[in-house]
Amino acid sequence: MRSLFALLLAGLLAAAAPARADTELTFYYPIAVGGPLTKVIDGLARDFEKEHPGIKVHPIYAGNYDDARIKALAALKAGQPAQISVLYSIDLYELLEQDVIVPWDDVATTADDKAWLKAFYPSLMMNGTYKGKVYGIPFQRSTIVLFWNKDAFKEVGLDPEKPPATWNEMTQMATKLVKRDAAGNVVRWGVMVPSTGYTYWMFQAFARQNGHDLMNPEGNRTIFADPDVIAALQYWRDLGAKYRVMPEGTIEWGTLRQAFTEGKTAMMWHTTGNLTAVKDTAKFPFGVAMLPASKQRGSPTGGGNFYMFKKTTREERKAALAFVKWMTTPERAAAWSIATGYVATRPDAYETPKLKDYARDFPQAVVARDQLKYATAELSTFQTGRVRKLLDDAIQAALTGQKTPAAALQAAQAEADRLLKPYR
Amino acid sequence: MKHVYGWLLLTPAAILLVGFTHYPAAATLVDSFFSTGTAIRPSRFIGFGNYALLAEDPIFWKVLGNNLWFALGTIPTSIALAILMAVWVNDRLPARALVRMAYFTPTVLPMIAVANIWLFFYTPQIGLVDQFRALFGAPSHNWLGDPGTVLACLMVMVIWKEAGFFMIFYLAALQSLPPELEEAAKIEGASRWHFFRRVMFPLLMPTTLFVLVNATINSFKLVDHLFILTKGGPDNASSLLLYYIYQVAFSFFDTAYASTLTVVLLALLAGLALVQFHLVEKRVHYR
Repeated sequence: MRSLFALLLAGLLAAAAPARADTELTFYYPIAVGGPLTKVIDGLARDFEKEHPGIKVHPIYAGNYDDARIKALAALKAGQPAQISVLYSIDLYELLEQDVIVPWDDVATTADDKAWLKAFYPSLMMNGTYKGKVYGIPFQRSTIVLFWNKDAFKEVGLDPEKPPATWNEMTQMATKLVKRDAAGNVVRWGVMVPSTGYTYWMFQAFARQNGHDLMNPEGNRTIFADPDVIAALQYWRDLGAKYRVMPEGTIEWGTLRQAFTEGKTAMMWHTTGNLTAVKDTAKFPFGVAMLPASKQRGSPTGGGNFYMFKKTTREERKAALAFVKWMTTPERAAAWSIATGYVATRPDAYETPKLKDYARDFPQAVVARDQLKYATAELSTFQTGRVRKLLDDAIQAALTGQKTPAAALQAAQAEADRLLKPYR
Repeated sequence: MKHVYGWLLLTPAAILLVGFTHYPAAATLVDSFFSTGTAIRPSRFIGFGNYALLAEDPIFWKVLGNNLWFALGTIPTSIALAILMAVWVNDRLPARALVRMAYFTPTVLPMIAVANIWLFFYTPQIGLVDQFRALFGAPSHNWLGDPGTVLACLMVMVIWKEAGFFMIFYLAALQSLPPELEEAAKIEGASRWHFFRRVMFPLLMPTTLFVLVNATINSFKLVDHLFILTKGGPDNASSLLLYYIYQVAFSFFDTAYASTLTVVLLALLAGLALVQFHLVEKRVHYR
């Protein structure tokens, strides 16, 4: 009995004194969609710790994307830095200018690591790559898709399984789908594209479809005043002003989902992040399609990437690599996609049994993936906040009829040139 | 010795005031004379460079104009409504406590929650405003998406929220008025309106000054609703000065320019407060 007690005591002592110091990883992450996702992230961190003794992970929920960036940078200045963080994919140039991040290529040196860097969809890597080095590992990423109300299509004699594939088709279908009451007031619009909050993002889709990206890969030049880009804004304006299939003025991002699920618009453009919410609230069958094409199909990507901060020790960088690799395995990318509606970040995630089963019951979930081959980087430049606001204001001025698309975009381009000149 | 004791009593409050009010204000002023530093290009002294930028910034003039309209649109109306409501619920009427509470409820709600509710009021077609108008066959209107109506929509919401708050002050002031005055006025045969204009309103002047100062400050400092309702859009039609400062500081990371804007806001508010206190106070008290 006495010896058993001694043995127990010895065991307790051994457990209390670890052989070596743990490597601690702190990371901030934002949440921009609904659901109890903090629990999911905490659970993932605990699972990782179990498999990797010697590494402790402290995930810290930091609000929306702007809050997360502000908090991560403030922690850095205060000397309590995070080692890694999930931040907005388009914060890249801001973080580079602050000189606070290092490329993953620096730590991903083995053949296995290098293969990992190549495992993601190329279009998701665009916002994370600068001068050939990878700074952002895609984690929670989305694109814009077209939602359509199949009942409304049936009601006006359109094929409910055939969404518009081109701008012309969208205009024609939308014209048929507009419904008016006896007094001539519109009770259902043909299509709605939100224009508050993420105005530039929606516009990128129009511009890309009309053949153009809005900035160069170096992030020091914008292409707002190209004739194709102006034509793209003209089309967006015309949907309301000329074809009268969309309300005039700006359309609120936050209430558009309700407008669609209440049947006030037959089609809408929105983020894939809304998929689960629409699925839960729509009382009619709905479809999800790629955005229509003008010269080509196209949509920007969006969302958050993993960044690694400069103020880290060699051990911390190694641990960070292990953690981020673990977080982005095909199985976890698949599970994260199902939990959120985000795109699974790598092709092999869609080959996992879990995501295959999910897609069989809910085919709308893979539309975003299919669209990735037409996708482009989200608008991101040096001085990104200012440049983005210039474009937002220009688009809203055009949509509300205060300026012509050409005048608005040319003014925005001139101002963006002034801001970006020092970076060329 | 007495001095030391006095200073000791003062210290806690002084530390808080200096640390959280006066030092930041002074630091803001200093920062406004420097450029924004990054790791690549460190901050340097540029004199009035930021102020020159400000004078040429069309968005600054736009939001300043918006803010003045916003103040003009909200302050007089909410004060008038507050007096009206206070006089009414000061009378003896059934379920008086309930009515008072109803008027006060908007004040208790957080601005973010209020903005989320009003967002759905103003939503075209499915919103309360449009559904009500539809009863009379009026077409739906894109209230927040039209630069012509968006600022007015925000004003209505803020008046709704603020008037109840100011009512409380007037109610307290009314209850401290001596009842003899009203009796005397009745005996003299003064009409209700005459009594209000000649007796009650002048006696309420100190409260009006207090409310006026508060309302002015609020009209420059309340921007929570913009985050939910419009984000300053469309094309800055509903943006206010403080919201623009937030965008410059935390979305553009231009801390120096944000400091410059803040100095302007501080100067503006200090100037308004001085005018209110010194000029208006001379005629505030009933003699």
